Amino acid sequence: MTDPLHSVVVPLLYLLSAVLFIFGLKGLTGVRTAQRGNLLAALAMLLAVVTTLIDLGIVDYRWIAGGLIVGGAVGAIAALKVEMTAMPQMVALFNGFGGGASALVAGSILWGQILEPGQTGTAAALLGADSALTAFLSILIGAVTLSGSLIAFLKLQGTISGQPVLLPARHVINSLFALGCLAAGVYLAFFATATGELALVAIVLGVASLLLGILFVIPVGGADMPVIISFLNSLSGVAASMTGFVLGNNLLIISGALVGASGLILTQIMCVAMNRSLANVFFSGFGGETAAADSGEYTNVRSYSPEEAAMVLETAESVVMVPGYGLAVAQAQHIARELGDLLEKRGAKVTYAIHPVAGRMPGHMNVLLAEADVDYEKLVEMDAINPEFRTTDAVLVVGANDVVNPAAENEPGSPIAGMPVLQVYNARTVMVIKRSLSPGFAGIKNSLFENDNTMMVFGDAKKILQELVNEVKSITAAA
Amino acid sequence: MGALLVGLYVFVLAIFVGFEIITKIPPTLHTPLMSGANAISGITLVGSIATATSGETKVSTILGLIAIIFATINVVGGFLVTNRMLGMFGGRLKR
Repeated sequence: MTDPLHSVVVPLLYLLSAVLFIFGLKGLTGVRTAQRGNLLAALAMLLAVVTTLIDLGIVDYRWIAGGLIVGGAVGAIAALKVEMTAMPQMVALFNGFGGGASALVAGSILWGQILEPGQTGTAAALLGADSALTAFLSILIGAVTLSGSLIAFLKLQGTISGQPVLLPARHVINSLFALGCLAAGVYLAFFATATGELALVAIVLGVASLLLGILFVIPVGGADMPVIISFLNSLSGVAASMTGFVLGNNLLIISGALVGASGLILTQIMCVAMNRSLANVFFSGFGGETAAADSGEYTNVRSYSPEEAAMVLETAESVVMVPGYGLAVAQAQHIARELGDLLEKRGAKVTYAIHPVAGRMPGHMNVLLAEADVDYEKLVEMDAINPEFRTTDAVLVVGANDVVNPAAENEPGSPIAGMPVLQVYNARTVMVIKRSLSPGFAGIKNSLFENDNTMMVFGDAKKILQELVNEVKSITAAA
Repeated sequence: MGALLVGLYVFVLAIFVGFEIITKIPPTLHTPLMSGANAISGITLVGSIATATSGETKVSTILGLIAIIFATINVVGGFLVTNRMLGMFGGRLKR
């Protein structure tokens, strides 16, 4: 390692790559600079890969080239084909692959440096205590990220139920699994000596970590997904950092730490938006125990036809649309924008109120409305829009439920008590487009639906919005 | 100072850098930031490449190969999908 190429040039190129990642991430925090930021980060990645190939020198490239081609093709096809409404599960899936890769690298090092050369002794003695320790953490965190993200993907895709799956005594089971993984990891790093034993413990650790990831995510329900996806995103970064420790590669440590930090910030923002702690999201199994007590029959619900709703919209001077997950499910973002544009042409002021946890990932609604060509300056955050509802003529709630539930404010016993909500009930008329009166994710009754100023319009969001567009158009034509 | 400690210094300082640059993120960009950061976490690709340098079919190289595939899916998919999303935001800016 005395030649300047490996001891000076390669580390400097890695440093350049790390700096580019930082500038790239910084770019991603502003609307005008975001696309350039993303390109910078991609460039940094390319530089890092090229640098690594330079560092390796002449080796057998067959596996490397094959892996890059297969992975690149799969990633590109998935990224270009995915519908914008399926973005949360896509992000979860990509994230899982990143975490899985970190775990596999650590596994590969154990095999390549200890088992295959037939070395005897503990991993700590052969690799150094620090590498052994971080290799085990890399396997643990990476595998948890992989299986946790896959479960999140399956829940979001609808392959398995989005409802929380609550095992009996799950806290005990989860704690035992977590302790078991830690014990297996420590044993792997410091005590296992015989090669067969080492391989066995490594496999046990990997499998147990995968199970731990599954156990952590199955009790989490659909509406808590923004928190979980952010948290798994953070974990995939930490896993990459741990791999960096094993390899003694500062670029991996830095990039992983950046991702870990950004994921944690998003996790924190999502938790604050729900007025819940991270521990509460993981351990409460929301909608499980408390839901039954709060659900009740609806009385005083008035159902209206799209025609009647259109008449209210037509006279409204200010309209606020409140999109929720139902908008994504019905793929109704384009028709929602069409209705907004139509009302705007008639002289109404139209804005879109975005709750921080509306949808299934941070910023989900913003992406959908951006796809439908809604000017992002018309999207208003909760704190800014709440005082405005008092002077709003009509609110159109499309596929949202818990984020507009007044129970969060006036029923201290409610599972969502204390969660900041959009105060749509202050508007003159609230129109709620909903499939049925079924409870939202939290499994609780929404008293908004019983208010005197609330009009329920039952049906599929896309179909109802289309009818509203037709009705408003025919009113315009008749006038 | 051992390698672990140096790495720990780098790790902790990088976390602070991460916090500093991302704290003021507007909600509009939460999703692109997450998927962009997600693509960056595919940096583990660099580590995986170094583990698959032998043409032999051994456990270590097979694990390395799968790691390369996983990480490349993460990297290529992540950056492309972020670019696609940001293109939609960008469309509004030009008008």
